[in-house]
Amino acid sequence: MADRYSGGGVNVETTVLGADEIILNMGPQHPSTHGVLRVKLRLDGEKVVGSECVIGYLHRGVEKIAEHRSYQQFAPYVDRMDYVAAVSNGLGYCETVEKLMQVEAPPRARVIRTILTELQRIASHLFWLGTHALDIGALTPLFYCLREREEILKIFEKYCGARLTTHAFRIGGLQYEAYDELEKDVERFCKGFDKRVDEYESLLTENRIWVGRTKGIGILTAEAAIAMGVTGPVLRASGVQWDIRKAMPYAAYDQYEFSIPTGKNGDTYDRYLVRMEEMRQSRKICLQGIENIPAGPILGKVGKVLKPPPGEVYHSIEAPKGELGYYIVSDGTTQPYRVRIRPPSLINLEALDQMIRGHLVADVVAIIGTLDIVLGEVDR
Amino acid sequence: MNLNAIIPYILPVLFALVIVALLPLVAGYIVLVERKVMADMQVRLGPMRVGPHGLLQPIADAVKLLLKEDIIPESADKLVFWGAPLISVTAAMLALAALPIGPFFQIADLNIGLLYILGISSLGIFGIVLGGWASNSHYSLMGALRSAAQLVSYETSAGMAVVGALLLAGTLSTRGIVQEQSDTGWWFIFVAPVGFFIYLVASIAETNRAPFDMPEAESELVAGYMTEYSGFRWALYFLAEYTNMVVVASIATTLFLGGWMRPFGNTRAFNFLDYLPPLLMFLVAGYCFRRTPKQPVQVQKMFMAAVGLLCIVVALVLIMPLAVPRDSYLATSKPGIHGAFWFLFKVAAYIYVFMWLRFTFPRYRFDQLMRLGWQFLVPLSIVNVMMIGLALALHRQFGWPNWISFPLCIVLTLVAGGFLLATGEKHEHPFVGEVGEGQEEETPVHA
Repeated sequence: MADRYSGGGVNVETTVLGADEIILNMGPQHPSTHGVLRVKLRLDGEKVVGSECVIGYLHRGVEKIAEHRSYQQFAPYVDRMDYVAAVSNGLGYCETVEKLMQVEAPPRARVIRTILTELQRIASHLFWLGTHALDIGALTPLFYCLREREEILKIFEKYCGARLTTHAFRIGGLQYEAYDELEKDVERFCKGFDKRVDEYESLLTENRIWVGRTKGIGILTAEAAIAMGVTGPVLRASGVQWDIRKAMPYAAYDQYEFSIPTGKNGDTYDRYLVRMEEMRQSRKICLQGIENIPAGPILGKVGKVLKPPPGEVYHSIEAPKGELGYYIVSDGTTQPYRVRIRPPSLINLEALDQMIRGHLVADVVAIIGTLDIVLGEVDR
Repeated sequence: MNLNAIIPYILPVLFALVIVALLPLVAGYIVLVERKVMADMQVRLGPMRVGPHGLLQPIADAVKLLLKEDIIPESADKLVFWGAPLISVTAAMLALAALPIGPFFQIADLNIGLLYILGISSLGIFGIVLGGWASNSHYSLMGALRSAAQLVSYETSAGMAVVGALLLAGTLSTRGIVQEQSDTGWWFIFVAPVGFFIYLVASIAETNRAPFDMPEAESELVAGYMTEYSGFRWALYFLAEYTNMVVVASIATTLFLGGWMRPFGNTRAFNFLDYLPPLLMFLVAGYCFRRTPKQPVQVQKMFMAAVGLLCIVVALVLIMPLAVPRDSYLATSKPGIHGAFWFLFKVAAYIYVFMWLRFTFPRYRFDQLMRLGWQFLVPLSIVNVMMIGLALALHRQFGWPNWISFPLCIVLTLVAGGFLLATGEKHEHPFVGEVGEGQEEETPVHA
């Protein structure tokens, strides 16, 4: 990026009208950069002619920490990456280690994992919707979204005692048996949730201002998306039907029926529609899941001390933000030799520069919102 | 000296003092009401801690802001930075001088009243532009520039909407305009609904309120022109914004909503509406008394009861002119007291609409805002003026009855509005060409 724009006001060019371009430093303390993202914008008036993302303000060295923790000890750390969707992070990590050790979680554990992960997807998308709408200036949807998210967090709390960084799963299965009313709680949530999504849509989907602010904004073509490795709803909104839940099923996704919504134009409006539909699909999966939770053990055959055989493994899941992959190298000891995490937020964020060129400052905010980044995951 | 001779001089000064003294308080409470309305729409409670139901929150906020350190950025132009908020507040307050709050309560009945208000209230923009420029920050500068552009654009259409009402009233005096509505019994909103609509939209934009809050645009420009301001200087901008809201609401009330008139003011059958204001106040008082025992702290109980008592007093004042014999001296105060009530009531309703819109709609983008202003509102307001003129001409020159000429012209204006809306659709996305690919067609999501 450095050759395109070296910041600090050094390479200020003069535009057509003889006015200087200005350099606007957005963040790291800015209401809509979702945490501590810093974007240097080169502006011609209000039009963006170039940008550079500066990340790392939330870097904690998660991958390095892994090298000094046992496999079990590291599991809670991954919750702190995408703290809006901790359950999904945990699922990805546990499944990767299981793959490395060649054990399988029992069916009961897999179904419960699927249900909780889908609830987490809904919660994550709700949070995205609320903040995205807030970025575009609609204040109210945020609170409606948080109201429903609260119900999901309550289910998590009842299940494992934690709400945000849940550490819900264990390597090899689950630590806790599902509580008695889990099915009932999930069912009650899902029954009411359909109408709630309609409610959000009634506020936004056909709103003239909303459409004006999102349609045709931040277009990402399918080719460009694939070239940049963008995944998740951002990729699907560009029209690529790629969802790891279908492509390489994990947990219990192969048992359930759901569809993958895709967009057409790859603009902000399509990404909005795709995520709205994904919430409905997740609800469908949850409802199917609670119908039949198989009986049996919740923890597979794993010992107290985990010593995977030497080797390496890559496993990825469809996190709410995209493909969340873990690459683990084991040297046969109790601690991983190397853990590399593929965070969907970071890779999606790389498309930002291409998406915001030619747009206005107001659109930059909308596009950052539509990428659904979580800085904890970008910086790790 | 004869007392009667100096009263015309003393009274306006008194009124002015009352307004200047009360306005910060009123603005503070509008903020509280806004937070409460917002909370209500967002399934929350809003401020509840300071005083019962947060009733003392504005005072706590004001004290906090006064005690804050007064920061002037080092690279700022100190003098301009210092003076800019004052310009905004002064301009906003001055505009209130010519507005009639009831038939008696008015600081000055200027014969160019409306012209004065429009002139003064557009001075407020200097405060914003200078403040944004003096801060020496990019966010502030962009906020200020947006504000300048926005105000110029929307003042045009607001002015044209006002011209419509002027044509109908035939006078620039604010009192005269209300008098005209009171004489005919037709509020101008019914005669010129499109004009009212234009003024509503333009006034939201003029006061920099969502969905047209470009200059502040929290999620984009942090706080726009006031990014570098803090403490009481910031509060002055806030005060100016809320005073401006009161001003535009008052203008709208005066021009379109019949000013201090009661609904159906000339119809005897609706005289029972006179009892509505005291009844309303009694209800509020009743609510306060009912909630009193539920307050957690003794002080809050007392405060709640005091608010209830205050409402009772207001109710008694409102009912007094109705209760006494028709020809007594007290009964003559009825238009003054009830006029003030109805005026403030309408202003409050107008401001409520502002809040309602703010919490419902996303924000326009700057270029969309300008396009809406120049391609839709300005032409529509010109058509509106022409149509009102046409209706008046048909009525006065050709003797058409009012009930034919006005509806005809309203329909014609609406048709013009629809036409503008339909043609404006084509120019929606300015960047489509640059970014690429055909995305004009509808975008269904394939589930």
